[in-house]
Amino acid sequence: MTIRLGVPSKGRLMEKTFDWFGARGLSLRKRGNDREYAGVVEGIDGVELALLSAGEIPRELAAGRLHLGVTGSDLVREKVAGWDLRLRELAPMGFGGADLVIAVPQGWVDVDTLDDFDAVASAFRRSHGFRLRIATKYHRLTREFLREHGVADYQLVDSQGATEGVVRNETAEAISDITSTGETLRANGLKILSDGLIHSSQATLFKSNSADWSDAHRATLDALEDRLGI
Amino acid sequence: MMPGPMGAETRAEAARLGAIFEGLGAQAVDTAILQPADVLLDLYGEDIRARAYVTADPLRGEMMLRPDFTVPVVRAHMEEGGDPARYCYAGEVFRRQETDPERPIEFLQVGFEHFGGDPAQADAEVFATIAEALAGLDLRPATGDIGILMAAVRGLRTTEARKAALSRHVWRPRRFRALLDRYGARVPLPAHKKALLAMKDPFEAAGPVVGLRSREEVRARIATLRAEAETPPLSEEEVALIDAILDLRETAPNVLSSLRDIAVDMPAIGDAVTGLSRRLDAMAARGVDVGTLPFEGSFGRTTLEYYDGFVFGFHHATRADLPPVATGGRYDALTRVLGQGRAVPAVGGVVRPELVVRIREGRA
Repeated sequence: MTIRLGVPSKGRLMEKTFDWFGARGLSLRKRGNDREYAGVVEGIDGVELALLSAGEIPRELAAGRLHLGVTGSDLVREKVAGWDLRLRELAPMGFGGADLVIAVPQGWVDVDTLDDFDAVASAFRRSHGFRLRIATKYHRLTREFLREHGVADYQLVDSQGATEGVVRNETAEAISDITSTGETLRANGLKILSDGLIHSSQATLFKSNSADWSDAHRATLDALEDRLGI
Repeated sequence: MMPGPMGAETRAEAARLGAIFEGLGAQAVDTAILQPADVLLDLYGEDIRARAYVTADPLRGEMMLRPDFTVPVVRAHMEEGGDPARYCYAGEVFRRQETDPERPIEFLQVGFEHFGGDPAQADAEVFATIAEALAGLDLRPATGDIGILMAAVRGLRTTEARKAALSRHVWRPRRFRALLDRYGARVPLPAHKKALLAMKDPFEAAGPVVGLRSREEVRARIATLRAEAETPPLSEEEVALIDAILDLRETAPNVLSSLRDIAVDMPAIGDAVTGLSRRLDAMAARGVDVGTLPFEGSFGRTTLEYYDGFVFGFHHATRADLPPVATGGRYDALTRVLGQGRAVPAVGGVVRPELVVRIREGRA
């Protein structure tokens, strides 16, 4: 009876995840050649490693096909409805940090807060005849944030990549996107609203509540938590 | 077994309710399940996407599985209906559930809508009809009147810009509160605004214009901000009166007497208070126990923004976790939006028959 641990299958996120487990005495590595998506865990029995795209890990955890998984806390909140009932955060891992923020053109010198943003959205709708467009791939998080803060008269438009460029291309007036330093935003003539932080994300080890948790699985999880010091 | 949201018992209950409404002369109407998304999005904004299923038709564009009947019924009435008119309907509505997997995603709704006529009488008729149809169940009624708050905002001794901003956020309590605090000078002007208004050339470090919103529009907003900063704050007295209206939570007769006191200092709400008084009389004449009827000044402010007068709901007396069994209210402004300039006074309510069955049989 093994528990399945899913981790990102490539890039810095994978390397940092391997380092994080390594620092706690568990060796994670890809098996065989670089193209294979199975891995090996050494240092503990009963844990099986699956390498997946970070974007798929939230769904696999929610479906219970992974017992444990490493992914960004932003992705979990965006992709899993009612995530806090279905998953549990076991450990924030201290890397992969990025902020989901609302950004507007720097030329909007009259806009600093959501309060301004809302007033501008109202005026924009009156003068342009359509609701101010916010480009994002984080629809749920953005909509919930704006509803909680009582912002009206906007619309979300989907943008799956190069979101910073949409304002310059006039396909949106503002964006809701992930940034770590804000450098790309600034280079595209955008600035972050002072109260526009939707979520501070980092790589996090999650546990699925809906996976099969037999006594043997639980014993393995206990042993793993001991080793990880969490 | 629990009666499903669509089971035979639920359908029988829907038929019983429909017969009651038809007995009052309501014309039974049907609407398409797939509704054009643009109308609903225009009315409710992005929030509706969290609540309704959106799909796409290659020729018609985005369509929504009807989240309620009110909008299509109003549209049909504004196109061809006479005055006054009563309609009833029964059918499935569809709601996305983003947080609670226990809540059904499709359920029956039976509704009764009343267009035209004397508003106090129409309000009383809709409320009393639904109350009577649900008699015998252990329900707790709730009532309110968004029209009183709106009248209070219109009557403030301040600029039209401020009144428009407050009216726009009547349904978003948090932003309404933030605006009220700002206009009442309960919070200082933010440092960013102070600095902006003090600048000789606000565009000094602005960089090039990016996107559709022009420099002219930014300039216009700065002028608005400047005018706003020079406008004297709302008087403490007026802010206190708005707070008093929002905090009302008593039996209807006690609320009426409090509101009459408030109207002495704020005559703008006089007509709305008279309307409440006439409504309560009309309800009493229809046998509603007005003396114990609860009234809340803030009731109905967090629903989708179309109720702008009388609002009501019937909840299970002890099970606060259940959705309301029936809700309704007045939506005159919605008819103006959908009637392209033409407006008709309108009030209506909906019942969820599956909850009626569950509660009646003690299976809630």
